[in-house]
Amino acid sequence: MTTKAFQKIYTKISQITKATCSLHAQDVGYDELALIDGRLAQVVKIEGDEVTLQVFQGTGGIPTDAQVIFMGKAPSLKVSDQLAGRFFNAYGDPIDGGPAVEGKEVEIGGPSVNPVRRKQPSELIATGIAGIDLNNTLVSGQKIPFFADPDQPFNQVMATVAMRAKADKIILGGMGMTNDDYLYFRNVFSNAGAMDRIIGFMNTTENPAVERLLVPDMALTAAEYFAVEKNEKVLVLLSDMTSYADALAIVSNRMDQIPSKDSMPGSLYSDLAKIYEKAVQFPAGGSITIIAVTTLSGGDITHAVPDNTGYITEGQLFLRRDTEIGKVIVDPFRSLSRLKQLVNGKKTRADHPQVMNAAVRLYADASNARTKVENGFDLTDYDERALAFAKDYSEQLLAIDVNLDTTQMLDVTWGLFGKYFKPDEVNIKSALVEQYWPKE
Amino acid sequence: MATKGTVRGVIANMVTLKVDGPVAQNEICYIETGGDRLMSEVIKVVGDNVYVQVFESTRGLKVGAPAEFTGHMLEVTLGPGMLSHNYDGLQNDLDKMTGVFLKRGEYTFPLDYEQIWHFKPLVAVGDIVMASDWMGEVVENFQKLKIMAPFGLEGRYTVKSVAAEGDYHINDTIAVIENGNGDSVNVNMIQKWPVKVPMTNYLEKPRPFKLLETGVRSIDTLNPIVEGGTGFIPGPFGTGKTVLQHAISKQAEADIVIIAACGERANEVVEIFTEFPELDDPHTGRKLMERTIIIANTSNMPVAAREASVYTAMAIAEYYRSMGLRVLLMADSTSRWAQALREMSNRMEELPGPDAFPMDISSIIANFYGRAGYVKLNNGQPGSITFIGTVSPAGGNLKEPVTENTKKVARCFYALEQERADRKRYPAINPIDSYSKYLDYPEFKQYISGIIDDDWTDKVNELKTRLQRGKEISEQINILGDDGVPVDYHVTFWKSELIDFIVLQQDAFDEIDAVTPLARQRAIVDRVISICRSQFKFDSFLEVIDWFKQVINMLKQMNYSKFESDQYREFEQKLQQLLDERKTA
Repeated sequence: MTTKAFQKIYTKISQITKATCSLHAQDVGYDELALIDGRLAQVVKIEGDEVTLQVFQGTGGIPTDAQVIFMGKAPSLKVSDQLAGRFFNAYGDPIDGGPAVEGKEVEIGGPSVNPVRRKQPSELIATGIAGIDLNNTLVSGQKIPFFADPDQPFNQVMATVAMRAKADKIILGGMGMTNDDYLYFRNVFSNAGAMDRIIGFMNTTENPAVERLLVPDMALTAAEYFAVEKNEKVLVLLSDMTSYADALAIVSNRMDQIPSKDSMPGSLYSDLAKIYEKAVQFPAGGSITIIAVTTLSGGDITHAVPDNTGYITEGQLFLRRDTEIGKVIVDPFRSLSRLKQLVNGKKTRADHPQVMNAAVRLYADASNARTKVENGFDLTDYDERALAFAKDYSEQLLAIDVNLDTTQMLDVTWGLFGKYFKPDEVNIKSALVEQYWPKE
Repeated sequence: MATKGTVRGVIANMVTLKVDGPVAQNEICYIETGGDRLMSEVIKVVGDNVYVQVFESTRGLKVGAPAEFTGHMLEVTLGPGMLSHNYDGLQNDLDKMTGVFLKRGEYTFPLDYEQIWHFKPLVAVGDIVMASDWMGEVVENFQKLKIMAPFGLEGRYTVKSVAAEGDYHINDTIAVIENGNGDSVNVNMIQKWPVKVPMTNYLEKPRPFKLLETGVRSIDTLNPIVEGGTGFIPGPFGTGKTVLQHAISKQAEADIVIIAACGERANEVVEIFTEFPELDDPHTGRKLMERTIIIANTSNMPVAAREASVYTAMAIAEYYRSMGLRVLLMADSTSRWAQALREMSNRMEELPGPDAFPMDISSIIANFYGRAGYVKLNNGQPGSITFIGTVSPAGGNLKEPVTENTKKVARCFYALEQERADRKRYPAINPIDSYSKYLDYPEFKQYISGIIDDDWTDKVNELKTRLQRGKEISEQINILGDDGVPVDYHVTFWKSELIDFIVLQQDAFDEIDAVTPLARQRAIVDRVISICRSQFKFDSFLEVIDWFKQVINMLKQMNYSKFESDQYREFEQKLQQLLDERKTA
């Protein structure tokens, strides 16, 4: 970030809080960036000639006579094909030792796509994981988070999905990510020989928290460049959105805003929606798919962050450890892909929707049977069969280490139906039963 | 002279202006910045400081930027040419906007000056007209639309001249009218109306009574909504609010359907305008899009326009009701609208009410639902606005201000339940907590016995009682175990499961099962009730479970088959055999 000649320099700060500085200045635009002794700050409030700036790195050490230079523009990113294969910090400056990127300068957090210029998503994203492809199929242009407790391997699953999805570009936005996880992603990508398709914007736990507010907008501005200008299929990974929301809460608290549920700002829904709604399928073929992570506290999805997220995103993937098989599975009850019906049975085999629902219903019967066991009741023969089915289903399909194509997944499910049930116990259209029920 | 102002302060989308003249609460003004004109609405006045909410991003806005007031509140422009259109919350025509991205400060006219309409007069020279009286007719798509005397007219006017039947533009004068003072008014096809003011151009608002058929069994049969009725659908995310809303808007027997996508996902709007032009209206055979208007303020569009969007939708609905049409208005979701109010109230540093919502949230919701209804127009013709809103309760907890305040005013309550959704029992409407107050209206009872049969409401009550009983027994079985209760208990429980699987559960994605016309609903209910009232013989609970599963499976296959087709008859026969095996009396 360089300064230009003939810029007015202010040197009298009238108020300093933990995150903000205020001073008297003229001709300042809302959202504009400024440098305070070289630290980046953004205008968050103008009242007459008093301007309040939010300092991303925090205000520690800023003196009242610090030099303040307004830059006359909102945060921006230079976009071009040179972005590919590079890693940046939250401000869009390289952190991989490479040269600065040349290109068109675009303000981040730009306008929304006109809804009538969108196309209905219809392309399946195959991940090989049956808990996703069979039960919660992903579609390009979708936005969907993993809901997971911090101890679950969400970054690993996300990396697997990213590698298997056939995306032209993969953009990783790291917010409050540990340095170890950042290195893990870099390793996975470079081992897969995919480095030229990767772009990273990283805010690790070592960086100031407020900086990470820039990360999603940076990542999505880069994504829009490739999706709109180059008609590419872009996959954006955001980990972790709960850390992002925490930073929002910090800022709003320091701005004396009245908190709403769980100390989150009242605008949390709009703030998150602005990010997730950047997911889009364009008629020209380009698309932005967003896969995010929302970490939960003890599986609580009623907390404001997962709750608001659930209302915005097109479903959620819920990871859970299944103690019976000792593996992490994609929970069929709490997980949902809202766009699955756009491809299920259309881009996949016709029996897909009914098989999927029947299997989940039977899995639910098993969970009822488990309650009976816990309460010390006798099990019926049907209960026993449902339990046995559930174990196989969990092991062969729900576990995250599965790698099959959807037709194989459907065949495996029919196989399990045939092994444990009679046709009238699965409640599937008779025409499909006749066609697919395993023959003796 | 229009009042002017200059920007004094900016916090997000709340801007303070210093003004040089009079302004009105809710007046619209435009702020100029960098060549863009940003539409804004007055929300508070303190001395010469005027607080406005800007319907756009305020990025780059500077102190000293000029503003100009318009002298009117937020208005909709009404006339022929709105059907099948996609508008934003301020009624800008989204299709007329150029470019992939929405450009700040781009406003487009909602109607079309070029289009020609075939006008037929309904009044003659010398006739007396008052505000909203029907003066002529044009046909849009297949719908007869009325051209009405200006809504703002005061007193009686005499028709001085009226255009002959023929082709006209919306801004051509189609009549000249004059009052006793000699003030004459040129009438064209365009009307303007401030969205936040209810249209009360009708004679009376009687209690609604006519069933609004939606094809969704758990609504029509269990908890019916009526033409001019109000209902709401609260539910945690993932319980199928949107799927249910779309099903209703596709299948409902209405003349006009207005869908206000208020702070929801853009892809859901895309789904509507991708699918509706292809789908047939089950009642008229025309394309669904021909009767539909979409008001889209998706969640990434400016927050302030979200509040405006529901009012815009309601004002458009009232316009069509004034023509004697049956309008269905769906708003998804009213919680987002309430949140927009909360964000603004917070920025204005008002003292917060429960959950930081503004204190007057209950009256805002009540007044809005109050604008729906079944009316008798001044000429005696009926018209209606049926309003169904969804509510997205935070954390799925129904004890939050928006749900509680909506419950006070909406007459139908369709509670979507997480547990049903988890078990894939869709639509996940909880049959026991949900209600329709219309079931108790004598007017409705009389109407429904006229179109179905006399003991219909008794049968519906029997279904509900059996469901309730089934739930109680299932809890007992959970406590005492399968062996701990008499076999009869299992039979009663499975009869309630039969009702659940066959009447309540409906596959919104199956071509046949998605829509159940009333005649078929009657057939299903009669069959299910007759099984429930029969006695069967079982030796053990295992037999009960096994047999009922077969019966359910057979009835489900019938639901998936074309009504009274050969295949349907085949399943019916197999079902009869099953029933005969165990029937005792």
